[in-house]
Amino acid sequence: MSLLTPEQHGAKAHSDGGWDSNEGRVVPVQTRSGRFTSVNRDDFPEVTGLELEWKLTPVALVRTLIDGTLDGAPYEYTAADAAGATIGWVDRSDARVGRAGVPEERASANAWGAFQKALAITVTAEEHVDVIVSRSGLGAEPRAAHTIITAKPNSSATIILQSSGQATLSENVEIVVEDGASLTVVSVQEWADDALHLASHFATVGQNAKLKHVVVSLSGTVVRINPSVHLDGEGADGDLYGLYFADAGQHFEQRVYLHHVARNTKGRVNYKGALQGKGAHTVWVGDVLIGRDAAGTDSYEQNRNLVLSEGARADSIPNLEIETGEILGAGHASATGRFDDEQLFYLQARGISEEEARRLVVIGFLSEIVQRIGNTELETRLHKAIEKELERTAP
Amino acid sequence: MSVLEVKDLHVSVETEQGTKHILKGVNLSIKQGEIHAVMGPNGSGKSTLAYSIAGHPKYHVESGSVTLDGVEVLTMSVDARARAGIFLAMQYPVEIPGVRMADFLRTAKTVLDGEAPPLRPWLKEVSEAMKGLRMEKAFSERNVNEGFSGGEKKRHEILQLELLKPKFAILDETDSGLDVDALKIVSEGVNRAHAANDLGVLLITHYTRILRYIKPDFVHVFVDGRVAEEGGPELAERLENEGYDRFLDPASVA
Repeated sequence: MSLLTPEQHGAKAHSDGGWDSNEGRVVPVQTRSGRFTSVNRDDFPEVTGLELEWKLTPVALVRTLIDGTLDGAPYEYTAADAAGATIGWVDRSDARVGRAGVPEERASANAWGAFQKALAITVTAEEHVDVIVSRSGLGAEPRAAHTIITAKPNSSATIILQSSGQATLSENVEIVVEDGASLTVVSVQEWADDALHLASHFATVGQNAKLKHVVVSLSGTVVRINPSVHLDGEGADGDLYGLYFADAGQHFEQRVYLHHVARNTKGRVNYKGALQGKGAHTVWVGDVLIGRDAAGTDSYEQNRNLVLSEGARADSIPNLEIETGEILGAGHASATGRFDDEQLFYLQARGISEEEARRLVVIGFLSEIVQRIGNTELETRLHKAIEKELERTAP
Repeated sequence: MSVLEVKDLHVSVETEQGTKHILKGVNLSIKQGEIHAVMGPNGSGKSTLAYSIAGHPKYHVESGSVTLDGVEVLTMSVDARARAGIFLAMQYPVEIPGVRMADFLRTAKTVLDGEAPPLRPWLKEVSEAMKGLRMEKAFSERNVNEGFSGGEKKRHEILQLELLKPKFAILDETDSGLDVDALKIVSEGVNRAHAANDLGVLLITHYTRILRYIKPDFVHVFVDGRVAEEGGPELAERLENEGYDRFLDPASVA
């Protein structure tokens, strides 16, 4: 619902109101930061599927996560002990809950109301530490979850959240990067084929702190991950990356919101996706808001999609709002296309078969994101997973 | 000894203005070890000849043949042509994001040889060839052509020429956009490949400049889609002095 989305223009009233309209008097939301937020599900109107934030989502498939009763009990996870990082369940009343954000839509609020305990991951290590948290077999029953990741001042860590197996899950993930900390969060979705997963990630990045946030979605029926990142401290840095590979019948969606709040912040958003098979659908929305106090901002966002077969659809919508003129730079790019024939020709002219050339081009295309994760083990595993995706969907 | 033979080759491309005939009966015969320069004004069809031999899908062969030791090349796929021993050094090499140069070179070498090269000798060979072309070692860790300058791209093409060891190389305006130093380095690479592998070279160029470093055995002047004149190195000298004017329709010369 940013200013720059075409739907905002024109005189006709939009139907996604209720909470922002009164007797037909529409009060348009002025900026991306002006959206209604609440932790109570019922403060949000019923979702019809026509709302801007839902219209590209197969709402009928995830209705239970938006409206239904969710099981918010703790679940099983595995995590290896790492020096300088702690992980465990904390109560809803914990002071850390709600530090990074508040739900902007109904499914998120539904999860917020339902979770019983939050999984808290806290990093104090100043020597970089890698923490891998895995969960599998959450079951088909609708669930809610809440995770809080806190990087203490000047700490440095990579947190990998790995999800597999069955799931019908709506969740919120809060990420707090305190002053001078450097945190990488990688959320890897390798769910069972029938999984439904809606997630909101909220992050706040402190002074001279750095967050690298990576979303990797490879399987599941519906996977929708919406990261909202606020560069709140002066000199904060946010790199938001994503890669997705959607097969026939899969819907992968990511609505990214990068908010430059403080001065001299730098943001990079880069999402890349491949689609193959009938009905493969991906959605990327990239909202960047450069606030009025964010002088010296340097921001760039892009999304690229590689459509490998007929019958797949990639939606790509960049939005950029700028409230101050004193910025270093701001730009966006979006491209969705088929194979680049010149790339294939180049490889084939070196003796590489067409099939192998296609494989190299797709893997290379997605590798650009994989290469940025910074954890060799995960990078190797993701390369293999992408190769498997390609084999699985090869024509 | 291998021979690459182009006979009465007619090629067209589809443009927005309809079908455009570019090659209008090209005849050329190159023996292994020979260096042939194809020179001509812009738009004469030089690059079309290069891409047609390599099999770029944009170019439509109307008639004629290209044979390698008597075997028709035009019916082969692009990769089969490369495996048969034909190499095209491109004028505008494309960037391939996410594919490391080192992996790409080894993959290409493996398919051309039919087996993976033993790792240690291969790495040594790559490293020496890169040194010869004054390429930083770190290059092999970079993605294919990504962020390379024009000169770096050309060196990378010649690096491949030296490592992949084809029988015939078509160099499509390899000299364009190179400064004198880079031109020398690239030319030395071509000469090394020529000497080491008895390479046959089809050197396509607009300018005579590169011929100071790579000495052609034969020079073909290309005008309006066919060979207008042929001769030895002295023909290049004449072009250097006179330009292409005498081959052009007087009406079209400004």
